[in-house]
Amino acid sequence: MFIRAMIAAAVMFGGVATASAQTKETVKIAFIGPMSGGNSAAGIGGRNSAELAVRLRNADPASKYNYQLVPMDDECKPNVGIQVATRVSTDRSIVAGVTHYCSAVAIATVDVYHRFRLPVVVWGAILPAITYGNEHKEIHRVNGSMLDEVRASTSFLTGLGYKKWVIVHDTTDYGNGFLRFFKERIAETNAEIVSSFGVSADQQDFSAELLKIKGIQPQIVVFAGLTPLGVRIRSQMERLGVDIQYAGVSGIMSASYVEALGATAEGTVSVHNGAPAESLPGGRMFVEQYGKAGFTDPAEPYGPYAFVAASLIMDAVEEVGPDREKVRDVLNATKDHESVAGPITFDDHRHHAVASTKYVAQDGHWVRWEDSLYASGQRHLKGQ
Amino acid sequence: MAILFEYLFNGAVLGIMYALVAVGFTLFFGVLDIIKFSHGDVLTLGAFSGLVSFLALQSLGLDLPVVGLVVVLAAACIVTGAVGALIGQAFIIPMRNASGFNILLMTLMIGTGIREAIRLFYPNGANPKAFPALLPKTPIEIGGVFFRLDSIVLLGLGFGVILLTNWLIRHTKLGLAIRAVAQDGDTAQAMGIPFKTIVLATFALGSALAGIAGVMHGIYYSEINFSVGLLLGVIGFSAAVVGGLGSIWGAIIGGFTFAALQTLWVVVFPDASGYRDVFAFTAIIIAMTIWPTGIIAERYSERV
Repeated sequence: MFIRAMIAAAVMFGGVATASAQTKETVKIAFIGPMSGGNSAAGIGGRNSAELAVRLRNADPASKYNYQLVPMDDECKPNVGIQVATRVSTDRSIVAGVTHYCSAVAIATVDVYHRFRLPVVVWGAILPAITYGNEHKEIHRVNGSMLDEVRASTSFLTGLGYKKWVIVHDTTDYGNGFLRFFKERIAETNAEIVSSFGVSADQQDFSAELLKIKGIQPQIVVFAGLTPLGVRIRSQMERLGVDIQYAGVSGIMSASYVEALGATAEGTVSVHNGAPAESLPGGRMFVEQYGKAGFTDPAEPYGPYAFVAASLIMDAVEEVGPDREKVRDVLNATKDHESVAGPITFDDHRHHAVASTKYVAQDGHWVRWEDSLYASGQRHLKGQ
Repeated sequence: MAILFEYLFNGAVLGIMYALVAVGFTLFFGVLDIIKFSHGDVLTLGAFSGLVSFLALQSLGLDLPVVGLVVVLAAACIVTGAVGALIGQAFIIPMRNASGFNILLMTLMIGTGIREAIRLFYPNGANPKAFPALLPKTPIEIGGVFFRLDSIVLLGLGFGVILLTNWLIRHTKLGLAIRAVAQDGDTAQAMGIPFKTIVLATFALGSALAGIAGVMHGIYYSEINFSVGLLLGVIGFSAAVVGGLGSIWGAIIGGFTFAALQTLWVVVFPDASGYRDVFAFTAIIIAMTIWPTGIIAERYSERV
């Protein structure tokens, strides 16, 4: 009798649960980032974080819809990015996208999203022109821009006494953009850029450039590009005996940089729009849930922004339903929206500015400058 | 002055890697008048074979300094040599009388197949892989000129391999047979030289050189990726053409010329360093118009 009652209860509860899941309409959200290639650590961290936001929302009984993340790999290549963006945009079952880590890809795809009216929230790309270079109402960004980074890194590095700079930059929109803004910003200080080197994004050998730098003898080499090139340049600096302080923009700041270089990474300085997850207003919850979700790869610094981007989209869908234009209008009007990264407000170009954080590579990890042994004077950067 | 020596030294390391690839192209062209465009991807295969053999040694706890280098080089040579001979046996010899364009296209496809197989079947093959430091990184400074011990060993290894190849071609029976086939395959066959065996041996030799270049590349840059052979293949081919296809010394001169052009551009125009390959390839085009059959023209040199 008891067993029959248990079976009946199980069937009944199972039926209710199934019916509940079935009654909720499924809404698809795309995630696009580099999930293969040298920048895949950042892409996988972003995907996991967006996936975490979706899982938490689906577990919330108050949610009106059942959400599904559709992850896509842009390989950090503009041509692949355009293909993937077109595929996602033409799939009418996808209502919005959490898009792009690489600026060169993000800038190449803005027109695709605009043409197909797909609202997207950029989670990792920081080229200002992605939002400021167009009037496309579909494009939003939560992770700040390179203007925030350049401002913070220029004042930080010149404040440390590095007045004679050499900039090595990749010749994509990302690297060229940094060079332009660094030039503008440095001109306002008493420091100078004594030389700059544009290198291709897949270049392998930097011996000629680095020996030229060795002859110039700057106080600091600042690299504006992504992790794979940043690793090669730092590694070849050591091979060629270029004993000069090395700093990089946020593009190098990933776990794979310190893993690939080992002890050679020690003392590399970087500035990033992402603060350590634990220090964000909702960071403790994010870190705890990320750990519970069982992801094997770290969230990486931009992970919380991918989480925020996915949450913003789902909040908009909850408000107006899975309609691209309505979701776009809700996103456009975002103001003081609470998130794990603090309140999000989009300006008239749908851009959310952030305060950049300074980091240094210490003992195989990226450590916030203020918490590091370098800031406390126990260790010293080169030339200090 | 010290910097000038460092430019020369590092340009020489780059040049020796290009030369190793170029010698392979020149050997293939020498014996069968064909251009084997899968050569760059065979180099990638060599680097990955070396990496796999090192990981196997590591799992057995046998990753000792000298043993590691020897095993990695041997694995790269065996795999690339076997693959080179296989390509020759299965695709090139049967197509021997077909148009050169057909063979060029076919080997291009084989190269793409090798590259994509590494990308798809090696674990996380699309991501760059750290290559083990098989040589000591001891810094050496002589009169303000900075070197690292592993760079010196690699340069020596490269020169040693090229000299050994030259000796093999000039002073052994196999080399004599290769040169005979290169001069006139039909007559060589009529004289009792096993044509097919010699062609396959040449393919194995040229491909093994690419395998060594792949391992050297991995050690020098501490990293390999599935597309590393793509540009190296094009550079190696250009070096062989500009030096004079069919001539070993021409290939070596071509390799060093290409590295020198790349370095020269960055030294003179540092702000436009991203255009160094554009400059180097443009210079190669100009050189080809001046010396259409290469710097060491075929009429002045013996083939291979």
